[in-house]
Amino acid sequence: MNFSFSEEQNMLKDSVARFVQEQYDIDTRHAIANSEQGFSTENWALFAELGWLSIPFPEALGGFGGSAVDTMAVMEEMGKGLIIEPFIATVLLFGGVLEQAGSAEQQNSTIGDIIEGKLQGAVAFSERQSRYELADVKTTAQARQGGFVLNGEKTLVLNGVAADKLIVSARTSGEQFDQQGISLFLIDANADGIEKTTIQLMDGQRVANICFKNVSLSQDQLLGSLGDGYQALQTTIDKVMVAVSAEAVGLMQTLNTTTIEYTKTREQFGVAIGSFQALQHRMVDMFMACEQSKSLLYRAVCSMDDDNADPIEVQKNILALKVMVGRAGQLIGAEAIQLHGGMGITDELAVGHYVKRLMMINASFGDADYQQNKFSMLANAE
Amino acid sequence: MDTNFSKEDLAFRDEVRAFLKEAWTEQHAEERQARKTGVEPTINWQRRLYEQGWAAPGWPVEHGGTGWTTTQSFIFETERASAGAPDVAPFGLKMVAPVIYTFGTEEQKQKFLPRILKSEDWWCQGYSETGSGSDLASLKTRATLDGDDYVVNGAKIWTTYAQYADWIFCLVRTDNSGRKQEGITFLLIDMKTPGITVNPIKSIDGQHSLNEVLFDNVRVPVENRIGEQDKGWTYAKALLAHERTAIAGIADSKRNLTEIRQLAKQEHSGGKALMDNPVFQARFTAIEIELMALEYTELRVLASMADGNGPGVESSLLKIKGTELQQLIQALRMDVAGHYCGIIKGDLSTDQIGHDFADEARIDYMYGRASTIYGGSNEVQKNITAKFVLGL
Ligand SMILES: Cc1cc2nc3c(=O)[nH]c(=O)nc-3n(C[C@H](O)[C@H](O)[C@H](O)COP(=O)(O)OP(=O)(O)OC[C@H]3O[C@@H](n4cnc5c(N)ncnc54)[C@H](O)[C@@H]3O)c2cc1C
Repeated sequence: MNFSFSEEQNMLKDSVARFVQEQYDIDTRHAIANSEQGFSTENWALFAELGWLSIPFPEALGGFGGSAVDTMAVMEEMGKGLIIEPFIATVLLFGGVLEQAGSAEQQNSTIGDIIEGKLQGAVAFSERQSRYELADVKTTAQARQGGFVLNGEKTLVLNGVAADKLIVSARTSGEQFDQQGISLFLIDANADGIEKTTIQLMDGQRVANICFKNVSLSQDQLLGSLGDGYQALQTTIDKVMVAVSAEAVGLMQTLNTTTIEYTKTREQFGVAIGSFQALQHRMVDMFMACEQSKSLLYRAVCSMDDDNADPIEVQKNILALKVMVGRAGQLIGAEAIQLHGGMGITDELAVGHYVKRLMMINASFGDADYQQNKFSMLANAE
Repeated sequence: MDTNFSKEDLAFRDEVRAFLKEAWTEQHAEERQARKTGVEPTINWQRRLYEQGWAAPGWPVEHGGTGWTTTQSFIFETERASAGAPDVAPFGLKMVAPVIYTFGTEEQKQKFLPRILKSEDWWCQGYSETGSGSDLASLKTRATLDGDDYVVNGAKIWTTYAQYADWIFCLVRTDNSGRKQEGITFLLIDMKTPGITVNPIKSIDGQHSLNEVLFDNVRVPVENRIGEQDKGWTYAKALLAHERTAIAGIADSKRNLTEIRQLAKQEHSGGKALMDNPVFQARFTAIEIELMALEYTELRVLASMADGNGPGVESSLLKIKGTELQQLIQALRMDVAGHYCGIIKGDLSTDQIGHDFADEARIDYMYGRASTIYGGSNEVQKNITAKFVLGL
């Protein structure tokens, strides 16, 4: 039993923490979020140079060969810094699906570029009607002349604006909710027949609704085998859920520290408001919620890195974590604002921005209610 | 004990419904089309209510009140909310007017009340300061008597809609020698007076309702003082309970919950309605049950007020529960919006976004964080309840 980070993991953590401390204060972050592109190209190049973009990829593909714990270590620090650069979208989602389903050729032509910071990617999986249901796919890819024709719309695609390449889930057979019959395709983001609408989310990130009108695809753009895309997508998103949960734990820690500090300095009735027991207990609740989240996070990553773990248990750990992070995030976010009083309502303070990111994490890849229901079905089936 | 409506009550309800059906539907449609923002829609609605004679149900009849019974006021509120019509802005009609008709001079009543009733003046509330929020009585903005004027210096903060205001009602310090609650004076200040600066504060909902209001040698005629000098705290306190009862927003919460139920039946996940997700359903019904209880708590408070008791400490209870439920309901709506809950609509059309209520849900949720902070924070309300209700 050992819950400490290795020396290498500590170095990784420190390198992200140092970057945040030296180059990513909240004003810089806002300026980047509100820039034309929504993230900084220079930072992205720096992330590549520091090796962060290589972490989850296998060594055979030029990656660092990192574990779930390694990714967690990085994501937690990124959360503390409220980093907006599309690490999740390009490295974990896009890179993740490629690693799961791509042929050697497809991987060779992309993953090296991701690691070097030369390629931005996005995975387009949600649709207007789908909510959090990955298998709810109406977008179609019809076989035609040795290739396919893609039609449909994907919504709120993370990093969909800046992405050079997209991975799109489309139905090649089956009915609307079937897991079977979903195929994945690798597409140039500016291919003919693609139209994008840029949308900004409250956490500052740019997403896109993307329409595909008769987009021609060749056979070698298919990722994995025909109709079998669902599993690769689900496996990748499971990993991403754990990564964003680590980010959430980082966000929670920052909110807790900031709130504690504020209540020590803010005076009302002639004393620091942190001296009121009513508020002290609330901050203890916030602290406990964060620690509980961290415990489930460790539980999930350890099981993911364990080759002998029961897959159902791993799945339950991941779902439980996502539920916990959603609920704890809501509690901590609400309390952080509340304890800051009027100041907490201002856009100027960082607090509100951390809260919004926590809310977006809850509403990504399945919120607490959705995952709790899934968890319940899984646990009851045992 | 019985809570049935009388025949007269039912007739009144029909009258209210008929009015709302005509007046609100028309105005609402017009405003949606013109995409009016800011306080203009509120003002228009208040004027429509004024024409009907219903702008100020709580006021004494001689000043333009309706003379409704408690039950009638309750019916009006319920119907208004269920039609989706907004509540009036509190600052003039519900906050400063009761102070003026209770403690003001005859001249002040003549001068201010009719204009408030007709929504000709927009008022804002200048109480809070950077150093004085929950501990409001520690406020420092100074007023010094100079001939027939007070000269006001200092700064107010969090002043809602000061950017539209014609008048501000302020608590200012006129004496420092005694207890901090003594030495506070209640002043009505014309926002056009030289020396007043209004600076915007952007809030987490991305909107601009909050402001900082600076006073630099602002001259206020003594005739604009309410009651006696140094006694302003008493007047302000008398009004705070009214403010709290209004903040509870129970009728609106009921309406919102009904709307969310409809939305959650329409939203589908994997072929099943969101409302049929047992986890969501359990959360939803728990809130619904609390609200059913709170509706009756409000009726009990109203009945007690009808018997001549002021909206006493029970108003704290309404405020605490009412705002907690508002926030839970706002969270529900966000969850119904699902992954759309974070969108900032801006200039995009509903069709481009692919969703129609998420943007509003987000704004309401974010701004809604404030309801447990303003009007005396919920923590402070609990302190009051512990002390004065539980005797701790
Ligand atoms: C959206 C919005 C609109 C507003 N509009 C107006 C307006 O129009 N006019 C106006 O004058 N003011 C307005 N206010 C100000 C509002 O009244 C104050 O924010 C409120 O009184 C709290 O004061 P504060 O912000 O200084 O917080 P603080 O008093 O610093 O409180 C910070 C935290 O400490 C807690 N706390 C404080 N004292 C105690 C205690 N004794 N025991 C336990 N906990 C305690 C509070 O509950 C809060 O959680 C508005 C505020 C908001 C957010």
